[in-house]
Amino acid sequence: MSRYLARRLLQAIPLLLVISLLTFAIIEIAPGDAAQMYIDPNKGTDPAYIERVRLSLGLEQPVYVRYLGWLKETLSGDLGFSFRTRRPVALEVGDRLPNTLLLSGVSLILSFVIAIPIGVISALKRYTLLDYVLSTAALAGISVPIFWVALLLIQVFAIQLGWLPASGMSNVRESYTGWLANLDILRHMILPTVTLSLAQIAGWSRYQRSALLEVLGQDYIRTAQGKGLRERRVLLVHALRNSLIPMVTLIGVSVPTVVTGAFLTETIFSWPGIGRLGVDAVTGRDYPVIMAVTMLSALMIVVGNLLADIAYAWVDPRIRYE
Amino acid sequence: MSSVNIVPLTKPRSQRGVIWRQFRRHKLAVASAIVLILLAFVSVFAEQIAPHDPNAINSSYSHGKPQPPTAEYPLGTDNFGRDYLARTMVGMRLSLIVGVTAVAFQLVIGISIGALAGYFGGWIDNLLMRITDIFLSVPAFLLLLIMAGILGGGLLSLIVAIGALNWMTVARLVRADILSLKEREFVVAGRSIGVPAWRMIVVYLLPNAAASIIVSATLAVPSAILTESALSFLGLGVPPPNASLGNMLGEAQQWIRTSWWIWIVPGVAISMIVLAFNFVGDGLRDALDPQLRD
Repeated sequence: MSRYLARRLLQAIPLLLVISLLTFAIIEIAPGDAAQMYIDPNKGTDPAYIERVRLSLGLEQPVYVRYLGWLKETLSGDLGFSFRTRRPVALEVGDRLPNTLLLSGVSLILSFVIAIPIGVISALKRYTLLDYVLSTAALAGISVPIFWVALLLIQVFAIQLGWLPASGMSNVRESYTGWLANLDILRHMILPTVTLSLAQIAGWSRYQRSALLEVLGQDYIRTAQGKGLRERRVLLVHALRNSLIPMVTLIGVSVPTVVTGAFLTETIFSWPGIGRLGVDAVTGRDYPVIMAVTMLSALMIVVGNLLADIAYAWVDPRIRYE
Repeated sequence: MSSVNIVPLTKPRSQRGVIWRQFRRHKLAVASAIVLILLAFVSVFAEQIAPHDPNAINSSYSHGKPQPPTAEYPLGTDNFGRDYLARTMVGMRLSLIVGVTAVAFQLVIGISIGALAGYFGGWIDNLLMRITDIFLSVPAFLLLLIMAGILGGGLLSLIVAIGALNWMTVARLVRADILSLKEREFVVAGRSIGVPAWRMIVVYLLPNAAASIIVSATLAVPSAILTESALSFLGLGVPPPNASLGNMLGEAQQWIRTSWWIWIVPGVAISMIVLAFNFVGDGLRDALDPQLRD
């Protein structure tokens, strides 16, 4: 297992390199260069001044030298400075990462807890009206764009009913402390979390339904029923547990979807996380931040897949990685 | 007296007939297929049907605020006084075009890679599948965001980029199908009489893999449509003044408190198109792939 882990981590290295190269290349092709971000508009027209800025940024060097320079600095932990805020990129990212992890973590748990029972009920009541309604609702849930769901929720719960805040992470007019502050964050979290979870719940419940149906068709279920075990025991101990195995993988595979969802959700709800930072960096051409956010997203996907594989081997003794 | 059971003679059903019969059972899929055909029709003739030019500004009518639906403007106007019905029609057309062409593009890449990997095996398979793995770990939406935001570019580059980042599922499906077909007698026979590889793949193998390709292509269209609308929603997809359902929703955000039609209409339109494709894909899967039926 540890050898397998080591190999997987080694395989992640070329992947991260390819992604960094790709992003670097896109930025390179873009019209204009980083010097424009540093030019003082008052002295901006003087060509000698622009040339000095370019020289000080190392922009006269060929592209591969600059890429290797970026790589070396990144590996030594120096992510550079944001063009927009002039703060270190590591701080910009570090400030927001916990917020994104909070939002997506809670939404993953919520999705799991809600999707599993829905899928199980659908499978047990297969071909009934209830199953039909749940399956159709799930398909609808996948089809509705997440940013429109967000607008709907804002319209109903923030504007019409006025129950929940529509944006931000805390109330800026009040300065709460202690558990009141946490409660305030919780209130701000509800709408973005629900938005992020809906599509997940829809997809996963469909998956859980077919996973359970497949297990219920297996021989060992018939054996368990044949030897007279109570239905509930067969279902909970023999069937449900085994149907959860593919779900474990699915959660790891869902990381890209959650990352994508975070970009949209955080932007709409002004949630101060990595996703919003990324969108702002792209619209503001903040190249160092773009590089950092891209690498972080790729790393999250790699880690998600790896965790899914480890969990898979852990819940299913038949799986052994060499 | 011994009775004789008379078996009524029925005409054997053609494969196409079986598929059509199976598909027809899925009522929602049939309804969705009809909706999609209607939408395609509306899209083709959008300019003729729409009462107004989708980009025509009428600021003396709107006074800087979205105007509610009237007889003249059945779905109201936006804050520039542009006819929302016409913009929605054009937006739906754009969604259909993006969805279908991006998927066509990803089919070309996915089928080629999957067929080569599955048919030749060995190091070719290894290499192509490693590349597929890499693409599966790419944060695709972010990369699209960066490309669209920094390079700009138009609709065509958006379509190409969506296709280039989403061919992996098709490649894996085609590879798996070809791997299992490869062992069948007709392939062994074909090879032994010297049928060239490309002919073997194109004429004999791919048609046998058509069922899973069609299903996955149908289900890939909605995700391409959602990707485009999400990018446009963030203001990084289709540039204004051209209407896309996504950028209509993005602009609608600031009017959400006052004008319901401005954010309801494009959202319903996107959801309807995507849902219709998902239902048709579901129905096609039931009809074409008996093993996947649950």
